[in-house]
Amino acid sequence: MSDYTLETEAGRREALRRMLLIREFDTTAGERFNDGDIPGFVHLYIGEEAVGVGTCGALEPEDYVASTHRGHGHCISKGLDPELMMAELYGKADGYCNGKGGSMHIADVEAGMLGANGIVGAGPPLATGAALTIDYQDRDQVALAFGGDGSVAQGQVHEAVNLAATWDLPAIFVIENNQYGEATPVEKQHNVDNLSDTAGAYDIPGVTVDGMDVTAVYEAVSEARDRALAGDGPTLIEAETYRYRGHYEGDHEPYRDEAEIEQWRERDAIESFKERLIERGELTEAEFEEMQAEVEETIADAVAYAKDADLPDPEQAYDDMFGEPVPEIQQFASRPRADGGTEGGDPT
Amino acid sequence: MSQQTAATQSLTLVQAVRDGLYCEMDRDDDVIVMGEDVGENGGVFRATQGLIDEFGDQRVIDTPLAEAGIVGTAIGMAAYGLRPVTEIQFMGFIYPAFDQIVSHAARLRTRSRGRFSCPLVVRAPYGGGIRAPEHHSESTEAFFVHQPGLKVAIPSTPHDTKGLLAAAIRDPDPVVFLEPKLIYRAFREDVPEDEYTVPLGEAAIRREGSDVSVFTWGAMTRPTLDAAENLAGDVDCEVVDLRTLSPLDEETIVESFEKTGRAVVVHEAPKTGGLAGEIIATIQEEVLLYQEAPVGRVTGFDVPFPLYALEDYYLPEAARIEDEIRETVEF
Ligand SMILES: Cc1ncc(C[n+]2csc(CCOP(=O)(O)OP(=O)(O)O)c2C)c(N)n1
Ligand SMILES: [Mg+2]
Repeated sequence: MSDYTLETEAGRREALRRMLLIREFDTTAGERFNDGDIPGFVHLYIGEEAVGVGTCGALEPEDYVASTHRGHGHCISKGLDPELMMAELYGKADGYCNGKGGSMHIADVEAGMLGANGIVGAGPPLATGAALTIDYQDRDQVALAFGGDGSVAQGQVHEAVNLAATWDLPAIFVIENNQYGEATPVEKQHNVDNLSDTAGAYDIPGVTVDGMDVTAVYEAVSEARDRALAGDGPTLIEAETYRYRGHYEGDHEPYRDEAEIEQWRERDAIESFKERLIERGELTEAEFEEMQAEVEETIADAVAYAKDADLPDPEQAYDDMFGEPVPEIQQFASRPRADGGTEGGDPT
Repeated sequence: MSQQTAATQSLTLVQAVRDGLYCEMDRDDDVIVMGEDVGENGGVFRATQGLIDEFGDQRVIDTPLAEAGIVGTAIGMAAYGLRPVTEIQFMGFIYPAFDQIVSHAARLRTRSRGRFSCPLVVRAPYGGGIRAPEHHSESTEAFFVHQPGLKVAIPSTPHDTKGLLAAAIRDPDPVVFLEPKLIYRAFREDVPEDEYTVPLGEAAIRREGSDVSVFTWGAMTRPTLDAAENLAGDVDCEVVDLRTLSPLDEETIVESFEKTGRAVVVHEAPKTGGLAGEIIATIQEEVLLYQEAPVGRVTGFDVPFPLYALEDYYLPEAARIEDEIRETVEF
């Protein structure tokens, strides 16, 4: 059984909690980035929580997921530890990638997370390959790739879906149509009305679902999973959603206005799911507040942990370059920085 | 062509890219800019800011997210008479287009026995120092230099940026134009308002000296000059900014080495297979008898570009360059 399934009351509450956890994680990550605490770039998932949570709720823990550059929500949905994720964002040695990958590269073999990905469109081929392994080893699992609306224009996404379709692999492709690839609206990037129409080119089922509705996403992915397990091949699911924040933190967003953002906020996935649970008598306002407080504490702890954790040592740059250490490379690592370095790098 | 005037404007390097594009688009209707978010949004680094307002969306084309498609399409355009300038958002995103660049752009002329040419420019910001790992910081110019049929240019100043970019756009062959994003906004320089070119294939001597030649390019030029300055009085460094990596200005390299007999090469790309090796081989072949010390290399390490905690160790900085220069001079 999945960690949470939307079929049970407890599962639905867990789904709500995970959506809150994602929002709190990313709200905080955005703040800490803007403070200058977190280096590099962060792409936030705020607004899109129902897609990740609805999708992973329909998966089993042993299923594989390939993520994107906007991956924090996928990771939390798949059950990764927010502390180790935050440590990775902070570039710390305890993070999921020992502080070498950062926000865009979080991966965890045990959790079946094949990795966030700095390269748009690189996830689907990984999922196709993982699905082939599953098929070859005759296991009851599926492999799923997330991708953005923009990614659908990438050649390798086409190649991956075509391979999976041609070979009837147990793969699922979830396209998160958040209406923009960076600044470019989806209509300027694609000729089809719905991105799910592209499924026709591979003769696989393609569906468009309301990505602001966690249940709708859950149902579509559940069906796709059943189909994949039955040996009937992949499904392409387009989830219509929206990111509330800019493409990355710091985006000045000339391509849209407040009114548009407000329109989507009115359909907020967390708010509407919460209302639904309250209506069904599965949640009270007080319980919700308690849940929110817990989530805030979890993320505050994650930040405290991440801040406190150690930075990687220079020598660690060479760890895991190859399965076996290469002596020459290690020699190279031992050359000290001339001025002694700024204690692991000073993020100024 | 516009009336030549002596007027200048004070520009950053990224503004010089924009100004270079503007001037070339203004003088030649066949010049077309295309890439992801280059239009309305003015490019991720604002290098194409406002060009769409000046020239319209037929000449400043927002493309879908498809590097192979962008460059492949541009090759077709170039083969049939246009002069496309494509923008790749970061050098690390160029690889989906690698096939198009190395298998097609670079070979079209020779493959068609000169009947086709490919006056294409592929622009991409490259290099580290911005606290992001891997694809957002890497410096893989050697991949492109290795490919016969491509020219590769990397400016280090606003003035050169505008002039080299103009030369790249007017060049009859494909040019990979790499922009040091670390110094996109680091300093300003007076740049002529009118169009001009800085020829491809000519290095610039940034500092004359007689003890040791230090060869570098792009964002590493500044820490190299700092190192030379710090050593002044003690060691007299000549700093050569290569500006074009393919074709290499072998003449300037050789002349400088004949004078000094010692050299250090500085680049931020990983050491193995990096261009320092090529420069050293050139020295060996051409001026071996002048050589008084092994040629030193100050480079990135043989790992994917690391996240910020290790970035300062990875990137050559003045102190590391100084050390290597001393070692070479004291040999
Ligand atoms: C191959 C490649 N090209 C360009 C980029 C730069 N880039 C990062 S995210 C992005 C837009 C992605 O749009 P979409 O797939 O819709 O995902 P979203 O950001 O909307 O979640 C771009 C162009 C990249 N990371 N990789
Ligand atoms: Mg999108």
